[in-house]
Amino acid sequence: MDFPINRRRVLTSIVGLGAATSLPLPAWARGESLSHARQGFGEVSGERIALTVDQHHFGVGGRKGHAVAVNGTVPGPLVRLREGQKVRIDVTNRLAEDTSIHWHGLLLPFQFDGVPGVSFPGIKPGETFTYDFPIRQSGTYWWHSHSGLQEQAGHYGPIVIESAKPDPRYDRDYVVLLSEFTPRHPHEIARLLKVGEHYFNRQMQTATEGDMPLKERLMWGGMRMNPRDISDVTGDTYTFLVNGHGPMDGLEYLFTPGERIRLRVINGSAMTFFNVRIPGVPMTVIAADGMDVSPVEVDEFQIATAETYDVIVTPPEGSHALVAEAMDRSGMGLASLTSHAGHRATPPKLREPVTLTMADMGMGSMDGAHGGAMNHDAHGGGHGGMDHSGMNHGGGAAMPAMDHGSMDHSMRDTSKLPPDVKVGPGLDMVAPMPMDRMDYPGLGLDKVKHRVLRYTDLKAARMNPHRMPTRSLEIHLTGNMERYMWSFDGKKFSAVTDDPIRFAYDERVRVKLVNDTMMAHPIHLHGHFFELVNGAAMMNQPLKHTVIVQPGSTATFDLTADEPGDWAFHCHLLYHMHAGMMQTVTVRPFPAPEEGA
Amino acid sequence: MTVRLIPLAPLMLAAAPLAAQDHSAHGDHSAHQQQPEEEPQAEDHSQHQQAPKPFVLPDMTQPQAMDHSAHTVGDVPAGPPPAEAFEGPQHAADRIFGEETMAEARAENHATHGDMKTGMLMVERLEARLGEGEDGYIWDMQGWYGGDIDKFVLKSEGEGEFGGGIEDAEVQALWGHAIGPFFDLQAGVRLDLEPETRSHLVLGVQGLAPYMWHVDGALFLSDRGDVTARIEGEYDQKITQSLIVQPRIELELAAQDIPERGIGAGITKIEPGLRLCYEIAREFAPYIGVEYEAKLGDTADIAKAAGEDPDGLKFLLGLRAWF
Repeated sequence: MDFPINRRRVLTSIVGLGAATSLPLPAWARGESLSHARQGFGEVSGERIALTVDQHHFGVGGRKGHAVAVNGTVPGPLVRLREGQKVRIDVTNRLAEDTSIHWHGLLLPFQFDGVPGVSFPGIKPGETFTYDFPIRQSGTYWWHSHSGLQEQAGHYGPIVIESAKPDPRYDRDYVVLLSEFTPRHPHEIARLLKVGEHYFNRQMQTATEGDMPLKERLMWGGMRMNPRDISDVTGDTYTFLVNGHGPMDGLEYLFTPGERIRLRVINGSAMTFFNVRIPGVPMTVIAADGMDVSPVEVDEFQIATAETYDVIVTPPEGSHALVAEAMDRSGMGLASLTSHAGHRATPPKLREPVTLTMADMGMGSMDGAHGGAMNHDAHGGGHGGMDHSGMNHGGGAAMPAMDHGSMDHSMRDTSKLPPDVKVGPGLDMVAPMPMDRMDYPGLGLDKVKHRVLRYTDLKAARMNPHRMPTRSLEIHLTGNMERYMWSFDGKKFSAVTDDPIRFAYDERVRVKLVNDTMMAHPIHLHGHFFELVNGAAMMNQPLKHTVIVQPGSTATFDLTADEPGDWAFHCHLLYHMHAGMMQTVTVRPFPAPEEGA
Repeated sequence: MTVRLIPLAPLMLAAAPLAAQDHSAHGDHSAHQQQPEEEPQAEDHSQHQQAPKPFVLPDMTQPQAMDHSAHTVGDVPAGPPPAEAFEGPQHAADRIFGEETMAEARAENHATHGDMKTGMLMVERLEARLGEGEDGYIWDMQGWYGGDIDKFVLKSEGEGEFGGGIEDAEVQALWGHAIGPFFDLQAGVRLDLEPETRSHLVLGVQGLAPYMWHVDGALFLSDRGDVTARIEGEYDQKITQSLIVQPRIELELAAQDIPERGIGAGITKIEPGLRLCYEIAREFAPYIGVEYEAKLGDTADIAKAAGEDPDGLKFLLGLRAWF
């Protein structure tokens, strides 16, 4: 492709806010006052990088508030690295509280992983901490604070690591960093989640909204559960951002027709799953969580908090809406992918709110439930459908036909739990029949009429070593919606800081996550890539650092624990982690201190 | 396991053309099919079966077919980690940054990863009650502060007449302790300020009952040895996202006659009501409503003997607010 613009420079100038000239931006938004963080980000690269964390104000789309910004922008700067280089990153804390930076998805010595209390002490006010590690990988990642709730306030940014060899798959390269901004202080949000009931949910079923029959409404009410509990924090307080720009800001990604554009989609939000699509433009997924996968063409994909997907698009001439719709449909992030500077694409309307189903309660297959048949139709194409038919016919003995309406299943039968799960007020549900749902495209996307990415579509592009796991481990995701308590195995992190999940160095373990809650949780393991047990041949199981465990369902991964040290393992929904849904994973024996330090 | 897998293969093949018909979704896997290493799942089985390892994991390509009731995953044994996983110091970072420094950091982590303390003050009902007799008012509020399991709870309620004085007023100070996912046990003391000073011990439960009823029930033992009880239940039915109909019922009981308060043993009072609230903000909802208030049994007889009307209908004008 003969294209004059240097790829790196395109990314740096990240798109002109085509609207910068036409919008009446206040002075601070043009970067004239240091006390206000600018939207978007610059770039830092090389072997020596300096980042400064400071208090700022930030505003977007009429919402203004407090921000924690790095190098004066929200998001913070793009950290551009090259596979094989070494990097020293000085992080200076100008806040009045401790801070930290976690390099999300990077393989590095554990003491530079940036989790206070787990990998290091944190960075005190006024101090500078130097991270120092070699770059052993390539791909799309991100960084963020792991201290308190700073990430919500703007303390995050993208990482792009160029591969050691040239990559001929694309002509243009853009970062699409999705996040949220709220004018509320994150501690206020944490409190409202504890004390208010569904405080941010403005899409509840009411007498006049929602088409669920009365019988089912009564059943949900009987269980004290809310079928519209899709997202804890919503567009009621969030403005959804693309590279720090709100939907009305007119962010543009410019292209020349015929170009292959690599979009590095990063979900750097605190609490939001996004449905990403460019109506009329198919996307070819080439990497998941930074790791290359065999190309898969889709029309839409759901990206959980902390996941990344790289897609290649070749849009025809014109302006195309790049839509990042919040999973609960309470708002969207928006940008224009356009071949004409200044032409904004018309965004599609928000789709109808999502309602949970029996499967999300962990009631197994959807047979007999409302919409059950529909669900199967939707799965009819591709691997998913096969899995279902296998389940319903081949594996019929294990799946007795269920009359869901009769509610035979106790929703809190604690005898189904392994003995190491603590049963207490923090556990409001036990999924009676949790199923693996690797073939599920995500809440609200199982009935759409176009191609949606599923985990079963992902296959590692490079072969993994073929090794059988020698041990299995089951971890339950537990919670109490009403009290807003979240934990692993019924125990909050504050209760188990001295009782980590243990792996021997180089041990290969099959880990099954069982979600005993009705929310989807993106579970992230630091310092490693695990292989999703998604139906692909073992050597092609896709490598990921974050996996969605669907409501009332299971997800399984194979982990080769080959990075010694203590690592954080947690739900990447920020307020779930804050409520205790976190653990330490320890991989031993540790390296000798001289090597490590 | 092979027995199960073999019949699956034709099913998969059969499913493929159907998929193409039904659905553009995922029907378009031509890209996959063109690449030899990406054969459909049937291919994966053979790969596993040819693997040099002596056993085959049954659920490798069919996670759906697993026995999900089991706590082990497939044939891989569960069990404790190997001994090496217990080697070394308690925490890896201690050796690099010092035990003391890391201990401090871990202590700080507790508050930010589970041990958050918070609280609120809720005015559930602050209302004018307009009826046939005198117009009156009531207040009913509670506040709490604490963590997930243990809380300090303060409650106050009372009533009076416009132009008259306060007729009833009480304050409760309680320790709340979570006894299950939905209910707290509450124990403490209650002090009546009106109609006369009297103290009680309180034992109650508060929480969310099935069908989303908020329930608050308590037993009271007074300093004169009288045992009484009170049960309240309320339910929020949303009409729209902001308009809420709230049925509410309150029941009072006494184990014995309490002549100085005009109370006879048995169910002493019932108050069913219906409120229509509008949430201007989540924290601020004015409402209108009606409530029927009736003294029952001996208590009603005592009221009648005193020349009072034992029951009546009240129109309500009030506010629900919290901070």
